[in-house]
Amino acid sequence: MFVLIVGAGRVGSALAQSMLAKGHDVSVLDEDPLSHERLDAGLPGTWEEVGGRFTVGQGIEIEALLEAGIESADVFIASTRGDNTNLVIAQVAQRRFQVDTVIARVMDPARATWFAEQGVRTICPTIEAIGMFEAALGEVA
Amino acid sequence: MYVVVAGGGKVGWNLARELIGKGHEVTLVEEVRERYLTIEEELEHAVQYGDATEMWVLERAGIERAELVVAVTGDDEDNVIICQLARDRYAVSRTIARVNNPRNRELFDLLGVAPVVSATDLILRLIEHEVPSFGLVHLLDLHAERLEIVEVELAADAPAAGRAVSDVAMPDGSLIISVLRDGSGFVPKADTVLEPGDEVLVVLDPGLEAGITSIFTGVDAP
Repeated sequence: MFVLIVGAGRVGSALAQSMLAKGHDVSVLDEDPLSHERLDAGLPGTWEEVGGRFTVGQGIEIEALLEAGIESADVFIASTRGDNTNLVIAQVAQRRFQVDTVIARVMDPARATWFAEQGVRTICPTIEAIGMFEAALGEVA
Repeated sequence: MYVVVAGGGKVGWNLARELIGKGHEVTLVEEVRERYLTIEEELEHAVQYGDATEMWVLERAGIERAELVVAVTGDDEDNVIICQLARDRYAVSRTIARVNNPRNRELFDLLGVAPVVSATDLILRLIEHEVPSFGLVHLLDLHAERLEIVEVELAADAPAAGRAVSDVAMPDGSLIISVLRDGSGFVPKADTVLEPGDEVLVVLDPGLEAGITSIFTGVDAP
């Protein structure tokens, strides 16, 4: 499976490493060249030496998405730090490039829920965290 | 009319002021606190503090009763999302979005956000109006409708010079809609004779520019 991850922050880079370790082809796109260091961390060699792919560019630029290989992607992960960027590029991946599986990270619960109803698959860490806090509090209160 | 303007930069602030001056009811939403406080001194209750891509902020601004939402923040992704929420979540009938980077224009088209305004594109048009490329000035591109309106000055040695409109061999998918002569414009009839120096307005399907150029300038477009 070919996985394209846009945004190599904590979530994106960890996901990139674990998907690569599972034997998938992984391409990462990030506007910051230095984010490459996060991909290298803990690996026996560089990200490329262990088989990964890295492109510098913005997810909103069609040329950058093409360079990162979106046309052959089976999975598209939008994990930049911007909720709206993630929502826009996820829709581009779905509508323009017909990527099979598209998932966007959206911190705002309201937008995550609304866009999920519109057919954009979203993951909302905030909703997860609230649920975990509530569960933890349920044990003590 | 009730208008929600997202983004209190130069464009948003001036737009809000002009709309209020014309008697419209306006709420401007600005997310930078310092900027909000500055604007609030002038616009008072007509400006609210918050991120206009947050649904509760839009709801507090009364988006549900807005007839028009104008998204003019400095961030193209934000402008797309604001217009999508306005249209699809809150059933606002009209939206206008600003495109900051002209290269993002196709994203707005792809996601059905229209109409859009791009200052860069507008300035480019003005420059091209001064220095027309291949003799054609693009006055209007209707992307969704796939139509363009262009203006071209009729050259003395062009095929169309001195001919009646009905005798000009216009390509299928194009039509002469107006002629500007001696400072005034008129809609020509079939027997109107086109004179050298006339500014001719043509509506056409995209892709027919080269044919139009050669008919009215006598020069083949490169």
